[in-house]
Amino acid sequence: MSVSTELSKNGTSPEKLLAPVLSAFWDESASWTLETYRRHEGYEGLRKALAMTPDEVIAYVKDSGLRGRGGAGFPTGMKWQFIPQGDGKPHYLVVNADESEPGTCKDIPLLFANPHSLIEGMIIACYAIRSEHAFIYLRGEVVPVLRRLHEAVREAYEAGYLGKDIDGTGRNLDITVHAGAGAYICGEETALLDSLEGRRGQPRLRPPFPAVEGLYACPTVVNNVESIASVPAILNKGKDWFKSMGTEKSPGFTLYSLSGHVAGPGQYEAPLGITLRQLLDMSGGMRPGHRLKFWTPGGSSTPMFTDEHLDVPLDYEGVGAAGSMLGTKALQCFDETTCVVRAVTRWTEFYAHESCGKCTPCREGTYWLVQLLRDIEAGKGVMSDLDKLNDIADNINGKSFCALGDGAASPIFSSLRYFREEYEQHITGKGCPFDPRKSTLWADTEVNA
Amino acid sequence: MTTSPQNRGVSLGMPQLPAPDFPAEVRARLETDAREVVARYPDSRSALLPLLHLCQSEEGHVSKTGIRFCAETLGLTTAEVTAVATFYTMYRRRPSGDYQVGVCTNTLCAVMGGDAIFEELKEHLGVGNNETTADGKVTLEHIECNAACDYAPVVMVNWEFFDNQTPESAKAMVDDLLAGREVAPTRGAPLCTYKETARILAGFPDERAGAVEATGGGGPASLIGLRIARGESPHTPIVHPRGETRTEGGE
Repeated sequence: MSVSTELSKNGTSPEKLLAPVLSAFWDESASWTLETYRRHEGYEGLRKALAMTPDEVIAYVKDSGLRGRGGAGFPTGMKWQFIPQGDGKPHYLVVNADESEPGTCKDIPLLFANPHSLIEGMIIACYAIRSEHAFIYLRGEVVPVLRRLHEAVREAYEAGYLGKDIDGTGRNLDITVHAGAGAYICGEETALLDSLEGRRGQPRLRPPFPAVEGLYACPTVVNNVESIASVPAILNKGKDWFKSMGTEKSPGFTLYSLSGHVAGPGQYEAPLGITLRQLLDMSGGMRPGHRLKFWTPGGSSTPMFTDEHLDVPLDYEGVGAAGSMLGTKALQCFDETTCVVRAVTRWTEFYAHESCGKCTPCREGTYWLVQLLRDIEAGKGVMSDLDKLNDIADNINGKSFCALGDGAASPIFSSLRYFREEYEQHITGKGCPFDPRKSTLWADTEVNA
Repeated sequence: MTTSPQNRGVSLGMPQLPAPDFPAEVRARLETDAREVVARYPDSRSALLPLLHLCQSEEGHVSKTGIRFCAETLGLTTAEVTAVATFYTMYRRRPSGDYQVGVCTNTLCAVMGGDAIFEELKEHLGVGNNETTADGKVTLEHIECNAACDYAPVVMVNWEFFDNQTPESAKAMVDDLLAGREVAPTRGAPLCTYKETARILAGFPDERAGAVEATGGGGPASLIGLRIARGESPHTPIVHPRGETRTEGGE
């Protein structure tokens, strides 16, 4: 019996729930090439965009309702509109491909399998904001993706999409692929700009915002990979098509990344508003014999959810109303074998390591959180440590220079809210009650990789 | 810190002499590359991160000589370059192995087995975190989330993806590296050395035949949603109850 007939009885046919657009041809053997991309209507969106004026393109993208896919959900067209025009300064587009948020794994497979969707989106964006030089800031630790970006940019020059006086129109555009060097903080847009200027990646005080003084103190749009890569399809198939998916305030399609103790980890491109229950239902659920314990809706910086939240619509409003954030739609699922204290300790060690050191609450606060958590995990904690954890997290949250600090506080608050007894167990039982071997990929013979 | 052995412990020791320069022919070659890197940017300082990668492509790490080269190329002080070089984890501060083996031990990979893989590799190789085998081949380290959580547990070697690893597969892989056999990742191109990888990171495309094409389109996990949307699900769908799998494996 096919999946569709089985599930259609429940009204949850996967064909209706999923909407592969960016991922529609990732299974072709040469999916990353210009030739394949063109066979799938590649660069058609650009053709349509160039038939409009730049301001019309900005208005069109704004009307489509596309919101930033990097975590914050800010309307993409509005970011473009903020760029002052006629100011005589160079304008820049910088694509944030520094995908490093724990759990987040959508931009890297997208760029590996379909880099031209980003290149086309960048050309459209640069036309709209009147930019002649764009940058892709790719995290350095993904050389397979770097290779394909080098190749895609080379192909785009060769095909005449990039270069000087493109098609005799007088339009110029260069794209520079820039590899970072290992620093989570560079995913923060102003830290990214400092890093791209050859400095330590530390966030800048705002205002001025990048739209006014960004790269080299010139007007700059910083957009996430997936946001820009979504633009060509919107131009090609129309904003009404785009708005026919998702919800009124969160329109369109997006990549959901399912990972952890699930039967079918991977990328699921679907209209915004799908639920984790629907995604698990169509993909085989949790690994056999286990149940969901906790999960993140959008990476480790978004407050965790439990099995109570399986039906939360995964759009910006739905997740926000349930007390978390959609973030990067990184659905990390952990089953009942996982120790929440161990998980939170490890995330907190990550934030302490990646704190750039610029502001005191984050630099010092994450350090002390790690000390307390390590003690608790090792059975050396005392009950008052739990309130202390909350206090320190409260002194980081909202009081740090950038969102890294807020992100570090999220797992602390949310885990104490849902799993306080588990912390207490570590203290009263003087140790961790979990066996880490049971959580591994190979713990159960029937585990499905 | 790097005072001579007699002075160890005297932290207010003598100022150090400037680092030696690269040999003339190396410097000439690097200058040619550096000009190409600098030309990509409206402002030369933007070339600093790629230039530090370029220094690693020459020496395998960022030495004082490399820092001096970057400073002279960009009109910066060595202090300014050092401040940047020490901020980013991908710049190695001392000579290291031809193959950088990084085991992801961020939460999800750690829980799924990354911790066990890292422990077993330490024992198997007889090295600790950030240490190199005696033959100079393999440097082991634990790394943070590398954006491949749907392939957990993940090991990166010279920043190519080794997906869905186990302690056994990881040990067999490092054995191959130590024996000098060709090793290919699950996603990415057959491994080149750390220095060759650093050159790609400096922005010079990989010229090896087949490197861009290697391992094809999307990896298996990347394709799962697409397959389900086409009705080609590899898994038995769950109808009820949801979130827990009372249904047995579907084949």
